[in-house]
Amino acid sequence: MNVRKKSADPKGVLTGVHYLDGDYAIAEGALAAGCRFFAGYPITPSTETAERFAERIPMVGGVFIQMEDEIASVAALIGASWAGLKAMTVTSGPGFSLMMENIGLACMMEVPIVIADVQRGGPSTGLPTLTGQGDMQQVKWGSHGDYEIIALSPDSPQECFDLTIKAFNLSEMFRVPVFIMTDECVGHMHEKVVIPPAEEIEIVERKWYEGPKDKYLPYKPDVDLVPFMVKAGDGYRFHTTGLTHDERGYPVINAECQDWCVRHLCDKIRLNADKIIEYKEDETDNAEIVVVSYGITSRVAWKAIQDARKAGIKVGSLRLITIWPFPDKRIEELAGKIKAFVVPEINLGQIKREVERAAKGKVPVYPVSHCGGWVHNPDNILKVIKEAAK
Amino acid sequence: MKPEDRVEGRHPMEEFLRMDRMPHIWCSGCGIGIVVTSFIEALQKSGLDPNKVCVCSGIGCTGRVAGYVKLDSFHTTHGRPVPFATGLKLANPELKVVVFSGDGDIVGIGGNHFIHAARRNMDIVVICVNNFNYAMTGGQVAATTPIGANLSTAPYGNFEYPFNLPYLAEACGATYVARWTCLHIRRVTKSIQEALQKRGFSFIEVITPCVTLYARRNRLGDGLNLLRYYYENSEIRHGADTRTLDIGYQGKIIVGKFVDIEKPTFLDCMNNHLRKVLGDKYQPWGVKS
Ligand code: SF4
Repeated sequence: MNVRKKSADPKGVLTGVHYLDGDYAIAEGALAAGCRFFAGYPITPSTETAERFAERIPMVGGVFIQMEDEIASVAALIGASWAGLKAMTVTSGPGFSLMMENIGLACMMEVPIVIADVQRGGPSTGLPTLTGQGDMQQVKWGSHGDYEIIALSPDSPQECFDLTIKAFNLSEMFRVPVFIMTDECVGHMHEKVVIPPAEEIEIVERKWYEGPKDKYLPYKPDVDLVPFMVKAGDGYRFHTTGLTHDERGYPVINAECQDWCVRHLCDKIRLNADKIIEYKEDETDNAEIVVVSYGITSRVAWKAIQDARKAGIKVGSLRLITIWPFPDKRIEELAGKIKAFVVPEINLGQIKREVERAAKGKVPVYPVSHCGGWVHNPDNILKVIKEAAK
Repeated sequence: MKPEDRVEGRHPMEEFLRMDRMPHIWCSGCGIGIVVTSFIEALQKSGLDPNKVCVCSGIGCTGRVAGYVKLDSFHTTHGRPVPFATGLKLANPELKVVVFSGDGDIVGIGGNHFIHAARRNMDIVVICVNNFNYAMTGGQVAATTPIGANLSTAPYGNFEYPFNLPYLAEACGATYVARWTCLHIRRVTKSIQEALQKRGFSFIEVITPCVTLYARRNRLGDGLNLLRYYYENSEIRHGADTRTLDIGYQGKIIVGKFVDIEKPTFLDCMNNHLRKVLGDKYQPWGVKS
């Protein structure tokens, strides 16, 4: 990858040991990552992130604006990002649905922005104050057409902080919207959050173009497939559009250009997937059963895994940090060695479907589904692990 | 000598146009191009550094303006150029940000964004080309269609009350409000120039002929016939009460500059307020020290 790194701007970094909830930790992660623009609309259970940002940004230097809705919020982020700032918003299900239109625009214009979705039970207004993990497929497919995004899933306030920084870095690296897919439980859970000194936080700089002005092509892929960027006001007089476009950013309405444009949007993520994907494994080497989990559910599953081990079952854990792009390769490798996967999640099998797809039918995949409103009872996960081990 | 090297082969505004995208898609007789010409002339006269001027458009025939002006130009989603411009402006307050789009985009699907940007006194210029219909999609009824006009989704004529745009803009807090038709070229130019040189939310409505759809469906003739209609039926009334500016079907069009006031912008308010409350702790945003 063609990546330039520097350490964080100390102005935004609240170095120290804190007791924060996940929503606050996201705001602190954003400030540490150099985010200086936040446009959002209040929605439970995500609002605390906006509140924290609104409180902190006046002393850091930047903009907080409460927009008229979530559609406007993402539009404003894209504008701000073109002006050169790192920009983010936060929301939950109903707001996330409204954001889909301009998420597509951000993908098409290849603009770095970060969006956190503090999930609650859906569909529609659903369970405003109670947890869910039902937006895991929406984040991948919610806007129309083919495109790729990156989505991360934190399981604690500490990870909310860490993964928000990672989200900004990936977003700048790939010129793509990056999502922090957390949930009400993690969002409202208070835990210790350690914020390191600024010089220990690694920040990825945007891929700024530095060549001659008249040679700049906003959509010409670099060797790592990610085009260089410029910002508004620097004299490039560039054009960008949500229409299918060529390297110049000019609309070209035909099948050939569509093929080039859309494949590029997907390839820059798909072909770089190995550089993006992160997961944590525990005792998968000799496992017969592997529990695939993410976010809050992985903490509940951990109890079930330990109980199963006590009962003599060889259980491994694969905790997904990156949800999209999905770790197909690792799932397929494991599928060749184990007896079954167990996938607990607070939805009716959204990621189980992916595990099944990646396992290519080599082993059965057992869902432990839950419609939302609360986390699993670990005993229910244990029961399925036992059944899978039979 | 190559044609582009000949004086007569060059466009006097080519510095501001993407000549490599010509010819444009607009129909002959359409009024949008006239407004673009006025905009570029206003920009030239304004003395602004064109490198610091951005144009944001939404979707529709007028939405294509962003694709033809040689500035940092953003062709956004339907109805969203105003919040997009809000982000651009707030992230870099040095920029002069112009929203150039149609009535369907700005006050139809984007109406909510429009009223809120005006309420906040966001420091942007909004040029709204009003052709009384959704043209790009083939001539459907709009929030601006006069009662009685016939359009494809109002095949028996429109019976909905249309918006009175200057009234809407003023009521929501705009600090500059003008309406012209594209026959009033010099006045459109002057209004755009004034808006470019002003701070605050400026709104300019320009009524233009859509010859291909609105005019044809209503048997109003060609572009020239519509210009004649504007000529015979528009009346300049500067400072008119914006409540009186409704437009009836083929009726009188009151034009002029209706509002031109000074009021602190969103960023002025933000900086002043937070400085007052937070004192030296506050890091002002977008203020040249
Ligand atoms: S359809 Fe109407 S508005 Fe669109 S370019 Fe043609 S004349 Fe102009």
